[in-house]
Amino acid sequence: MGCSVMGTIMNYFASLPGAVAQGMIWGIMAIGVYITYKILDIADLSVDGSICTGAAVCAAMMTMGYSLAVSMIVAFVSGLLAGLLTGLFHTFMGIPAILAGILTQLILWSVNLKIMGLALDKASAANLPLSSRNFDTLVSMLEMNRSLLVLALFILVIVGVLYWFFGTEYGSALRATGANLTMSRAQGINTGLAKIIGLMLSNGIVALSGALLAQYQGNADINMGKGAIVIGLAAVIIGEALFGWFAKTNFALKLTTVLLGGIVYFIVYSTVIYMGLESNYLKLLSAVVVAIFLAIPYWKKQYFSGAAHAEKKAQKAAEKKAKKEETENA
Amino acid sequence: MLKLENVRKTFNAGTINEKKALCGVNLHLNPGDFVTIIGGNGAGKSTTLNAVAGVWPIDAGDIVIDGENVNKLCEYKRAKYLGRVFQDPMNGTAATMEIQENLAIASRRGERRTLKWGISRREKDEFRELLKILDLGLEDRMTAKVGLLSGGQRQALTLLMASIKKPKILLLDEHTAALDPKTAAKVLEITEKLIRENELTAMMVTHNMKDAIAYGNRLIMMHEGRIIFDIAGEEKKHLTVEGLVKKFSQTSGEEFASDRALLS
Ligand SMILES: Nc1ncnc2c1ncn2[C@@H]1O[C@H](COP(=O)(O)OP(=O)(O)OP(=O)(O)O)[C@@H](O)[C@H]1O
Ligand SMILES: [Mg+2]
Repeated sequence: MGCSVMGTIMNYFASLPGAVAQGMIWGIMAIGVYITYKILDIADLSVDGSICTGAAVCAAMMTMGYSLAVSMIVAFVSGLLAGLLTGLFHTFMGIPAILAGILTQLILWSVNLKIMGLALDKASAANLPLSSRNFDTLVSMLEMNRSLLVLALFILVIVGVLYWFFGTEYGSALRATGANLTMSRAQGINTGLAKIIGLMLSNGIVALSGALLAQYQGNADINMGKGAIVIGLAAVIIGEALFGWFAKTNFALKLTTVLLGGIVYFIVYSTVIYMGLESNYLKLLSAVVVAIFLAIPYWKKQYFSGAAHAEKKAQKAAEKKAKKEETENA
Repeated sequence: MLKLENVRKTFNAGTINEKKALCGVNLHLNPGDFVTIIGGNGAGKSTTLNAVAGVWPIDAGDIVIDGENVNKLCEYKRAKYLGRVFQDPMNGTAATMEIQENLAIASRRGERRTLKWGISRREKDEFRELLKILDLGLEDRMTAKVGLLSGGQRQALTLLMASIKKPKILLLDEHTAALDPKTAAKVLEITEKLIRENELTAMMVTHNMKDAIAYGNRLIMMHEGRIIFDIAGEEKKHLTVEGLVKKFSQTSGEEFASDRALLS
């Protein structure tokens, strides 16, 4: 009995590097979500599809004999295209952003099955292996130390590039678009184009994380993106809640908190699994956690804001005064 | 500088909510004109300014800015020629961005936004000098997020942003209406100063008759989608609030309805 408890604990610690690696990959994905959700103020659901597109493209191209670098670049480009599609649905066709994302997601479901099928000479395939035993992959759960190092470098580059981009004239225009559409148009910013570019960049990064995820877990799977948006949001929210205090203004630090949020998410994930939670409940749990965290700012405003407080105070004071007058009159 | 010729706009045409907002507006502004616009609620003042800004296409007529017909230019392209300040202080600035970042965005109005760094050291020095003009101490808070500023401070900053690239026309839509009287006076003072120093052509909508008389070289009154009178020069200088009200009922055949305008 004691022995098996020890064993479980050992297993738990042994699983942590894996949790960190997964957290880093999903952290990259969450950085993509951050661009749309936090900077552009759009909830983009296409990511559920584009993460799988990145994985499918990378796996299919490597299966067909293309080099790792080319496969990953094309995976990134496929994400850009997914973002372009959502962007056109939203700006050119005037479809609400959420619905535009869902449409892209649905389109990508078919496309992803087709891409994976292409590599296997079939009409469609729901799964495509990409084992590091047969392929020269960048990351793999079979080589944990190297994977962690590679991921860290990858993240460094992505955060660096984004820090630069959002500091440029165009990057600033994109941030302004997310902050205030009226002001942005009055200042001559083509807000439609800015939204499209932001969605493309976001989905490109998400597809790249998909390519890394396929290599890490050794396959691309049609279901791998289910609920990705919720994991991404969870990472953004957890990162902000736990580490927001050290990233008040610096943008690179803010992106880092998103990443840390992803890592915390997967450590918690392994922990609850080792505590015996049925893995089936994890999606439910994630959704509930995200829902609560999303509600907190609303509740704060609704019930604890200065105005609400002042109102209550004023009401109490008025009641007191009324009582006093009553007693005086009596 | 600005020519409106027979400009018409109907909202929700063909529905029960159909509203003829502009019924043939004609207006010709000379360079340096500072015109104040008054009129009751729903008279079409904001709609006129929005038509100039290109918020939506007009139904008929022509809008010509400095010789160029801009009918076909959409809002963000027309922004090249225009500085705008809105009634709601929230509308003119990006709350989550720094004061200096907002100014940097505004100082690129009408230019291509490239992959060069968004704000240069030289610009920061320039912005500091410009902010001093406002006399609100904002020059010492250049990296503060605009969301932390008061409504009056935001309006003053928006004014600076609207004039930083010397627009051909400055559009002010009741930009002091949401402020307390003291702040409103201060913002008006800044408005006047910026218009004078930059020699701007400006249109200012206001509900305050006294302000409409005191500021600018020209005054127009709108009623039911039309300009019902247009006074400039010496005649404008001698206007009184009572005189204006009388003139309104003579021209429109109605009592002047806006209490807000009379009381303030
Ligand atoms: N975008 C819009 N859609 C539908 N109707 C509109 C729109 N904008 C203005 N209107 C209508 O057009 C008419 C003129 O409105 P406008 O905003 O120009 O009035 P205003 O003179 O600025 O009045 P106020 O003093 O109340 O601001 C009003 O009846 C208004 O309801
Ligand atoms: Mg108005």
